[in-house]
Amino acid sequence: MTTPLAAMEKFETGVAPTWCAGCGDFAVWRAMKAALVQLKREPHDTVVVYGVGCAGNMADKLRVYGFHGLHGRSLPVATGVKLVRPDLPVVALAGDGDAYGEGLNHLMHTARGNHDLSFIVHNNGVYGLTKGQAAPTTPEGTHTPTTPEGVPEHPLNPLAVALAAGATFVARAFAGDFDRLVATLVAAMQHRGFALIDILQPCVTYNHVNTYEFYRERIRAIDGRHDPTDLAAAQALAQEWEKSIPLGILYQHEDRPAFHEHLPWAKRTTMVPTAMHQRSVAGYLKDAF
Amino acid sequence: MATPTTAFTWKIGGPSGGGMRITGLMFSRLCVRHGYHFHDYAEYPSLIHGGHHSFQVTVSPEPVRSPHASVDMLVAFHQETLDQHAGELAPNAVVLYDADDQSINIGNLGASGAHLLPIPFVRLAKANGGSSLMQNIVALGATAALMGADTAILESVIHTAFDRKGEQVVGGNIRSAHAGYAYVKEQAKVHVPFHLAKKQEPARLVLTGNTGVALGAVEAGVTYFAGYPMTPTTSILTFLAGKAEELGIVVRQPEDEISVINGAIGASYAGARAMVATSGGGFSLMVEGVGLANMTETPLVIVLGQRPGPSTGLPTWTSQADLRFALHASQDEAPRILVAPGDAEECFYATFNACNLAEKYQLPVFLLTDKFLGECSSDVTPLSEQHLVVHRGAIEEHPQENERGLFARYRDTETGVSPRTLPGTPGGVFIANSDEHDAYGIVSEDRANRKTMMTKRAKKLRTAVGELPLPVLYGDHSADVTLIGWGSTKGPLLDAAAILRRRGASVNVLHFVYVWPFPNERLKPLLKGLAKTIGVENNSSGQFCGLLKEACGFVVDDMVTQDDGRPFFADVLADTLSERIAKLL
Repeated sequence: MTTPLAAMEKFETGVAPTWCAGCGDFAVWRAMKAALVQLKREPHDTVVVYGVGCAGNMADKLRVYGFHGLHGRSLPVATGVKLVRPDLPVVALAGDGDAYGEGLNHLMHTARGNHDLSFIVHNNGVYGLTKGQAAPTTPEGTHTPTTPEGVPEHPLNPLAVALAAGATFVARAFAGDFDRLVATLVAAMQHRGFALIDILQPCVTYNHVNTYEFYRERIRAIDGRHDPTDLAAAQALAQEWEKSIPLGILYQHEDRPAFHEHLPWAKRTTMVPTAMHQRSVAGYLKDAF
Repeated sequence: MATPTTAFTWKIGGPSGGGMRITGLMFSRLCVRHGYHFHDYAEYPSLIHGGHHSFQVTVSPEPVRSPHASVDMLVAFHQETLDQHAGELAPNAVVLYDADDQSINIGNLGASGAHLLPIPFVRLAKANGGSSLMQNIVALGATAALMGADTAILESVIHTAFDRKGEQVVGGNIRSAHAGYAYVKEQAKVHVPFHLAKKQEPARLVLTGNTGVALGAVEAGVTYFAGYPMTPTTSILTFLAGKAEELGIVVRQPEDEISVINGAIGASYAGARAMVATSGGGFSLMVEGVGLANMTETPLVIVLGQRPGPSTGLPTWTSQADLRFALHASQDEAPRILVAPGDAEECFYATFNACNLAEKYQLPVFLLTDKFLGECSSDVTPLSEQHLVVHRGAIEEHPQENERGLFARYRDTETGVSPRTLPGTPGGVFIANSDEHDAYGIVSEDRANRKTMMTKRAKKLRTAVGELPLPVLYGDHSADVTLIGWGSTKGPLLDAAAILRRRGASVNVLHFVYVWPFPNERLKPLLKGLAKTIGVENNSSGQFCGLLKEACGFVVDDMVTQDDGRPFFADVLADTLSERIAKLL
């Protein structure tokens, strides 16, 4: 499905992106706009929380209630927003260094809590904005400015970590495969609970290993050939990388309540009032004599 | 050590897990229900069972707001209580201990003038209550008898403590208390000069500072509270968690303090009234969030319950050593308001006010408490809600976007505060940005814009300072010496000043609750009118005195500092101040 450019305009602030020519972030930006149009969202009833990095620099290019937070900390802010306004779609967006390095702890616990958020991770396997240092997903042995002798660690497997933490929607997409990227974003935002999309997104300036060519040689779509409700199968797919990279929704489970569904007003079908609400403590003072 | 004649201090000590706290709280309630004033104070180690846990209550017909070091009645449930506290006994103090406990060695305590009263606590507990666990209730009953307390009131405090555990537990405890009471009446030949005679007084509350903060949050309409368990603020989280369902608020314990503060910022941005609570180590993790709240101009209340550091420090002890930390934490210059209530009652009102200030000025407001303030109970006059009004500040409900479809959320204003829009509001779309930004939240490195924004955010404090209350002067304006304190030293200073006045000294107390920003213009004439001054605080370097000097150019004549994890005990402080005053005058 092609979304008309005109329909996407309302999601633009008019600020020109600052990414390098050829950066995968352009595709993600456009896919975000297309997904929001398809979901019939309006700019004023959508919240996107950004981390810090090249990915986070989308913050003032997308016309929604945006929150450009701290490196590694988009998820906690997003959980706070969602708990107060469970009626609004809340998206968290960050790069791989932010999401899988600084913020890995938050990823695991947000997944564990099944907070109703979509986590869009731009995975380019490098720290771009700070000029090319190794990231958690950089292959072992890669030479970077901070690892001149080669990265000594085994790369992190973010999909495996998310599945182990209990994430109820885990998907991988590719910036060079636009239509599937949009469809995955739409599915994630419609999912009940926490959704992780790991978007393979080449960094044309600093990552000369994981290029568009590298990915095109390896990616294979799994839709139709995989049962996304099968956790064991999803975990097995998450292990595949070197020769073949599965693309699509690895795991999706809709039966677990989202975090906010445990809250008192969720049971009463009203949400936290954001208007003024002074209360009296007289009732509690009876115990204090 | 001279003991003020109107106050009596009772102290109980035993292993942690042995019911010291619950017994102590029952004694506190016993005092207040007889119509007396009291202040309790506990010391306990960072463990669950064992070690040494002491709980003391100072009671008086006159107001008492701090612990007194000199002990008039000591109840010892293990040898360590005697070892640790024998040196605190007043002349003619009474010492109760289990007659059958072979591990207790009284030594030559009797020779020092103390009256020894061995009572078979465990034997009486087993025979009357059915369990040795009730040994401390036997001791409570014995205490009540020694002090001539009303047995109906004794039973009432037992009901308050144990009703929720069922009739059998309540019955066993009441019988145990009566057994201790009867034993003393029949067998004890000790006379205690202080009696609890039931007085006709309006009922007063038993409140800790932490409960005051929690109730203040409830009253203020807080709708999002997050915390990570950490002494000494955990009880605020627990209190609110227990009421979340009935109040319809979000109460969360996230994975770490970074998530605590960032989640609260998200909640506040989305329109909730948000508050977090922590101690020094947890606040260290929140520091980046302070800057985020400031830069995005998101309201936030941070309860910082101080305890000694550095690092893990003394987890279950008290200090006032994080004033500078709270004032400066986070990179660059991020304005904030610091509020340091002095007692449980002030905790309630200060918390309420802090929530209003945070939303009015759209910045972080700190509530500086500590273990001493947070965990001690004292009697409080029933809280008045009449004059309390929630003000949510400037929230634009019908915003107008510009031609690019963005709202000028951060436009410069005379006060520094610009109306904010909440997500979901049509016409109000903007970017809340941790980067420096223009009026719409778009990233900007422009020189003029940077200057405008830094000035705008700083301006807020200049606006706020005019409405913040001045410090309060307690006592005669023309006293020879003014004792200066902030936060939780209020109680010890007021009590020490009362002791000093009884000895003929001319002192008053200047107490600060609102410690930043300093209302310099109004403060300077007040400070100028003081004769001699002594600053008193619970940290090594005299942080508040240093701040006073830096902000107002005012230098105190002397300082009494203490950083050993203990609060100031009124009687000891009075003695120290006596010496210092003698040197000054």
